[in-house]
Amino acid sequence: MIVHFEPASEEGIASVVRSAAAERVTLAVVGGGTRAGLGNPVRADRTLSTRRLSGIVTYDPAEMTMSALAGTPLAEVEAALHAKGQMLAFEPMDHRPLLATTGEPTIAGVFAANVSGPRRYVAGAARDSLLGVRFVNGRGELIKAGGRVMKNVTGLDLVKLLAGSYGTLGILTEVTFKVLPLPPAAATVVVSGLNDAEAAAVMAEAMAQPVEVSGASQLPESVRSRFLDGALPDGAATVLRLEGLAASVAIRAEKLGEKLSRFGRISQLDEAQTRILWAEIRDVKPYADGTRRPLWRISVAPSAGHQLVAALRLQTGVDAFYDWQGGLVWLRMEADPEAELLRRYIGAVGGGHATLLRADEEARGRIPAFEPESPAVAQLSERIRAQFDPSGIFNPGRVAASVRN
Amino acid sequence: MPETIGFLKPRQAVLDRRREIVADLADLLPEGGLVSDERGLKPFETDAFIAYRRMPLAVVLPETTEQVAAVLKYCSRYGIPIVPRGAGTSLSGGAIPQEDAIVVGLSKMSRILDIDLFNRTATVQAGVTNLNISDAVSADGFFYAPDPSSQLACTIGGNIGMNSGGAHCLKYGVTTNNLLGVKMVLFDGTVIELGGKALDAPGYDLLGLVCGSEGQLGIVTEATVRLIAKPEGARPVLFGFASSESGGSCVADIIGSGIIPVAIEFMDKPAIEICEAFAQAGYPLDVEALLIVEVEGSEAEMDATLAGIIEIARRHGVMTIKESQSALEAALIWKGRKSAFGATGRIADYICMDGTVPLSQLSHVLRRTGEIVAGYGLRVANVFHAGDGNMHPLILYNINDPEEAARAEAAGNDILKLCVEAGGCLTGEHGVGIEKRDLMLYQYSRADLGQQMAARAAFDPQWLMNPSKVFPLEGRPAA
Repeated sequence: MIVHFEPASEEGIASVVRSAAAERVTLAVVGGGTRAGLGNPVRADRTLSTRRLSGIVTYDPAEMTMSALAGTPLAEVEAALHAKGQMLAFEPMDHRPLLATTGEPTIAGVFAANVSGPRRYVAGAARDSLLGVRFVNGRGELIKAGGRVMKNVTGLDLVKLLAGSYGTLGILTEVTFKVLPLPPAAATVVVSGLNDAEAAAVMAEAMAQPVEVSGASQLPESVRSRFLDGALPDGAATVLRLEGLAASVAIRAEKLGEKLSRFGRISQLDEAQTRILWAEIRDVKPYADGTRRPLWRISVAPSAGHQLVAALRLQTGVDAFYDWQGGLVWLRMEADPEAELLRRYIGAVGGGHATLLRADEEARGRIPAFEPESPAVAQLSERIRAQFDPSGIFNPGRVAASVRN
Repeated sequence: MPETIGFLKPRQAVLDRRREIVADLADLLPEGGLVSDERGLKPFETDAFIAYRRMPLAVVLPETTEQVAAVLKYCSRYGIPIVPRGAGTSLSGGAIPQEDAIVVGLSKMSRILDIDLFNRTATVQAGVTNLNISDAVSADGFFYAPDPSSQLACTIGGNIGMNSGGAHCLKYGVTTNNLLGVKMVLFDGTVIELGGKALDAPGYDLLGLVCGSEGQLGIVTEATVRLIAKPEGARPVLFGFASSESGGSCVADIIGSGIIPVAIEFMDKPAIEICEAFAQAGYPLDVEALLIVEVEGSEAEMDATLAGIIEIARRHGVMTIKESQSALEAALIWKGRKSAFGATGRIADYICMDGTVPLSQLSHVLRRTGEIVAGYGLRVANVFHAGDGNMHPLILYNINDPEEAARAEAAGNDILKLCVEAGGCLTGEHGVGIEKRDLMLYQYSRADLGQQMAARAAFDPQWLMNPSKVFPLEGRPAA
């Protein structure tokens, strides 16, 4: 990747953007470049990196908030948090193994792609932790939105809009986010031998118990041995994570195991195994196989995930596992991405959306990575985009409904 | 009182066509769906921000999304402003009409459409009350988490409009964190759906933008919200302190220690006296500040969490600790807290501020608030969500004394400036409405506001939706 602009200040970024807008020079906006494969391929005249805009600005553990410049490495943020017994509650996944990218993920990249992991169900997504942003819009103006307090309804919530906008509305220069205490203890209850439909019911049952499950994932037999170096018991593994005070985790794990024992064989993972397993689930380990075989990230109602996969199986070769109680499906196709079939079936099981996370260049060149929106919503999104980036210079094509060649 | 907050000048062309407009609207709505006589309009002239009132041109009470769409399509064609309204409990004037506006009241859209316990979602019409959702799923062991004090009356549509919070948001988040999807009508009658039962949606986070947009982007007619499993048990505990400062710094230390209770509520002496007189909740009357800390979980978990909190409270010289001994006692403790505004209203008129500050600033802001209000010769009662720094000073005054009312408003403005200077914001959960509209430049630059208004314009290029609210009247783009 050739980087043309690497400003070290907000004003530097604003100045590059102002000239680019005046001359209609399009910009690919990158942080660490580790998630560059997300979305449609970007075709831009120049590349602008936020990498040099780096460093933690404020961190007061007692306030449970941190502000960091956009290009601050995620690893630096997490190390600072862990040193004070805190964490990013939304567990951002590391896309490097899956996308075979290198480099250092940046904190703004995490929010620009709204990257959230297994705890999303109980702790919210990245967008829920984001309290405030500073960004440069497509006119080269420096804008701030939100703030550094937990509750803030002052004006329109542009913070949410910027989260997950993939650098197409503005270039984030600084982010302020909420953090949470690291849970002192964790354990995983494993129910073995369930098929996907049974597992969906068991996960729903578990999430309905007053035991605060903080991760619910179904690892079918086809992927089970790829986790924990094969240490999970034989058969599909339905895994349920519990976190909190040690005594409380032990009591809750006991209760949950008892409640679910009529569904399958129950076993427990200790804290060390729990931490490894959920990082592997978060980073989609079974499909981080060094190939470009098509991989979809599908978000549907939890009850619909297994129905979708079962229907697809009758039509084509697929492999899948589930997070978020069954509502987040990681689906690998054996050959063609089958976008049309998949998106039709998602509609048939009640709606949701599919993102093509990985595919070969040929497929990426013809299949829009993100689920097309309804015409009315697509028009609205287009109008918003034009209000933030009137010259259309940021990441052209990245979130487009059709892939331009 | 003399009005210091202005409204947009009514559009003469709309006022001149009043008779025709009323007749046309009648055709779009079922029997009983239109209010246009003065007596019928009277209840709609203000909301819970009672110092300001305006009679609307007419009120429509649609029963379906299609009727809402028909009204908005008609109004956009003729350039008629729209003011959406749920239960009218806004504390910032978000539902106050203007003379040339049609109020779209959602009170008749009060059906629960779908309860899905497998996916833990409820889909409801916008006029369903906040508490109705929890009541509908309580027997099955679930609840809807955001709990504004007005939850008995306020509607989910209004909650979305203001991104409402409540006492239990410390653990469970505010409306935007618990909202999965909406069906809404845009200014021109276009109906769109955002989100659904999946945890996330494709494209820009329009749902996140709509939540808290104060009726400026369209009218939400249906919402899908998350349900949460009820904890095994919950126990509110009272901690009394000899000063507001020690109570405030205790809050910061509890959060800083890594313990996050479900709720930490703060009351100062005037608030304690007012609420105790109203609810007989057993609040200690010999303390200067009271914290209501709620913990939840199994008995053993609650004991363990409480032990940690008690240790911290002792370090701050706690005078009394009182655990609720029964469900009835717990209910009374919360009744007292949640009736705070109503109970205050029985002894005086009040303006309720809603700034949020970083926890480290809590004690400082509390002290300065007291000084500011005293400086204007008025009294203040503080009752608020301390765990997330969301303050609610209630400035007591007499609404029939114009000079005193003006002082109360000035004191309120000073307090909000103080909150922003302390690193906080103007409003944590009540919204900007008309109340804080002209203070927006304390918190944002012209460019910041310009970007927000640009986002607004993408939804409502004609500025017809709740147009007198949120953004200062000066410096708006030409519609």
